[in-house]
Amino acid sequence: MQNLLSDAVLLARIQFAFTISFHILFPAFTIGLAAFIATLEVMHTRTGRPHYDRLARMWTKVFAVSFAMGVVSGIVLSYQFGTNWSGFSLIVGNVVAPLIGYEVLTAFFLEATFLGILLFGRDRVPRWLHTTSAILVAVGTSLSAFWILAANSWMHTPTGHEVRDGIVYPVSWFQIIFNPSFPYRLVHMLNAAYLTTSLVVLAVGARYLLANRHIEEGRTMMRMGVGMIAILAPLQLVIGDLHGLNTAKHQPAKVAAMEAHWDGSKPAPLVLFAWPDREAETNHFEISIPKAASLIITHDPDGLFPGLKDFPRDERPPVAPVFFSFRLMVGCGMVMIATGLLGAWLWWRKRLFTTTWFLKFVAPQWPLGFIAVLAGWMVTEIGRQPWIAHGILRTADAISPVSASSLVVSLSAFIVVYTLVFGVGILYVRRLLVKGPPTKPAHAEALPNRPLSAAQDALRGGAAEGARS
Amino acid sequence: MNSLLASAPMGPLEFSVPVIWALLLATATILYVVLDGFDLGIAILFPLFPEEHQRDLMMNSVAPYWDGNETWLVLGGGALWVAFPLAYSIIMPALYLPMIALLLALIFRGVAFEFRWAAKPHHRKWDLAFTGGSIVAAFAQGVVVGGLLQGITVTNGRFGGGTLDWLTPFSVFCGLSIVIGYATIGAAWLMMRTEGEVAERARRLARPLFLLLIAVVVIISVWTPLAIPRIAERWFAWPNLLLLSPVPVLTAAVAFWGLWAIAKGRHNQPFFAAVVLFLLAFAGLVISNIPYLVPPTIDIWQAAASPSSQVFMLIGTVLLLPIILMYTGFVYWVFRGKLRTGEGYH
Repeated sequence: MQNLLSDAVLLARIQFAFTISFHILFPAFTIGLAAFIATLEVMHTRTGRPHYDRLARMWTKVFAVSFAMGVVSGIVLSYQFGTNWSGFSLIVGNVVAPLIGYEVLTAFFLEATFLGILLFGRDRVPRWLHTTSAILVAVGTSLSAFWILAANSWMHTPTGHEVRDGIVYPVSWFQIIFNPSFPYRLVHMLNAAYLTTSLVVLAVGARYLLANRHIEEGRTMMRMGVGMIAILAPLQLVIGDLHGLNTAKHQPAKVAAMEAHWDGSKPAPLVLFAWPDREAETNHFEISIPKAASLIITHDPDGLFPGLKDFPRDERPPVAPVFFSFRLMVGCGMVMIATGLLGAWLWWRKRLFTTTWFLKFVAPQWPLGFIAVLAGWMVTEIGRQPWIAHGILRTADAISPVSASSLVVSLSAFIVVYTLVFGVGILYVRRLLVKGPPTKPAHAEALPNRPLSAAQDALRGGAAEGARS
Repeated sequence: MNSLLASAPMGPLEFSVPVIWALLLATATILYVVLDGFDLGIAILFPLFPEEHQRDLMMNSVAPYWDGNETWLVLGGGALWVAFPLAYSIIMPALYLPMIALLLALIFRGVAFEFRWAAKPHHRKWDLAFTGGSIVAAFAQGVVVGGLLQGITVTNGRFGGGTLDWLTPFSVFCGLSIVIGYATIGAAWLMMRTEGEVAERARRLARPLFLLLIAVVVIISVWTPLAIPRIAERWFAWPNLLLLSPVPVLTAAVAFWGLWAIAKGRHNQPFFAAVVLFLLAFAGLVISNIPYLVPPTIDIWQAAASPSSQVFMLIGTVLLLPIILMYTGFVYWVFRGKLRTGEGYH
């Protein structure tokens, strides 16, 4: 029985990790993309230059496909709190559920409804209203991030509540929403989302220039991408550092796992590589810079911060996944900073569009933001273990009374369906981007007897072009 | 956990706020059933409209709204969790497999709205995903309602039953009923919003579908009290029999109204008749179960969240729901009027 139960916990965790990892890819992309499209629409209105409009049309089609995948994978999550984590739903529901409720009311309806106008209303509403719809969709995606990150941050750094008879009750909604880690997490994630989109935009622009097609669009995307990354990537380093300090204060065990720091009585080296061993409570094959981690975490080379051994064994997070994910995220961030600074320098030297090695360097970078986002979430979520709500409820005590066999069925179904459906969806997005912006005049798309959706027109052309080449 | 179910002295706030939330939950549910009902319905009818251009038109007739319509389902689930966390934490695990089936089916249905166009001319597989997803989603919703109606085993404030407790002939029949109901309102939607051959075919389908729906409503109305004694008691005890008699009488009247409107070829009336029929069926469901949220053990006051949580969310709902309804109405207005074959939104 004990065996079965522990299996059920593991299966439920794998299912949640799998479904939420797939889901986060889409918001991480669409939060920035909505803002990008709104910017393009505003630029078109202000300058009247048609290539802004062509870009807006292409990216709106990409947005439509990506957003649909985000919506359907998001509904799964909103119900999974109940189907798989009924202990969590009941014990912290008084605090967490209203935050999700506010997400639905302030964000989901806004983005879902105005998306209809953004996708299908181009010729039905005045230009300004179409642009406003794009802006409202962008506002909706950010509001959604606000509430979901408030709920998530509360699980990491819970405040403003009290526990009676094992159930959490709200005391101060302000403290619950603006809990200690929330401002850092919100800014870190929104910045990550904008970086993710900027990298995709930059990579697509570089590919167009390398292929010597859609030159004007490619240059605009290069400029906008480099401009964003040159500012946001270094900024992300600063935000990340501040977020890390906040974590060190409120979740020291997580920071110890991130740094694979076992002995808190000595200043910590910055471990560049190691194989952390949870049983032996030490690192193998360690390569490290003495005292550097203490400098980063405490801003003092001789500063001390708790090591993993300072925590009871059953309150330590898994070390290796947190340690490696953190390095992967930081590594991606370093590449982004290099891209931003190099790009800015080339732009200043007026060689941004002609430096082939730079174009080839950024062309494969489109997945970088996604990888960093996933790695970052692995760090923070695995680093919170064994807690689901830090200090209040353990993950193992939060699951539903659902049999392991049901979980096997549902988990297998999720894996098959997600791989199939979202795999195909990502291929469709790729086809839209390979096809590129519309080349014919805008009104040609509106011929009668041609049923249209947001994505159809470009792809028909894309398929034809694929057949030609 | 037992303390959760103990009855504490109730003040006016503790009594009235759960009632308001129950009403809001009912509103979200019925809005979802009507709004996503016709979206799912047109997809269920896809196989009966073999031509590509017919299917294009059908999909275009709901494309600008489907996402907003589906959001009512998210609000319904969210409201259940916010206002009645105990009920949420019991119902969801109890109906685990049908809920998962519903979520997976909605994935196929939802992405088909975009993928179908993206895949053209190789879009047949997404036609299939659109129809299959919608049929399974509708069926699973019916099974969930049936499973809830027939009762959930609760032990110490948690779901205490087995994996397949929900699977009975009754819940399966409820699943079929919802598929038929959505197909009917889908046909009525097409009569209202399209012209030409699609509208004409929808009108020919509407009559048998409406008759089938009436048959299903009658069967469920007989089966439910026969299978579930507490519901028989609710409807047939004196004076309830008299007080509740308007429900079946009105249902019969609406059934005739719908059939008449279809026969006369009215454009809008069949849709509204179907909506009223849905409302009456839902009213019957609510009457059968008041005050239980998890029949037959947990009522809305036992399941209620802390008053602070309910009030905090209620403030937001009272402020935001009218705004949501306003801009939802605005989008329906922007895309008003009939679609002709070959016409789309661009």
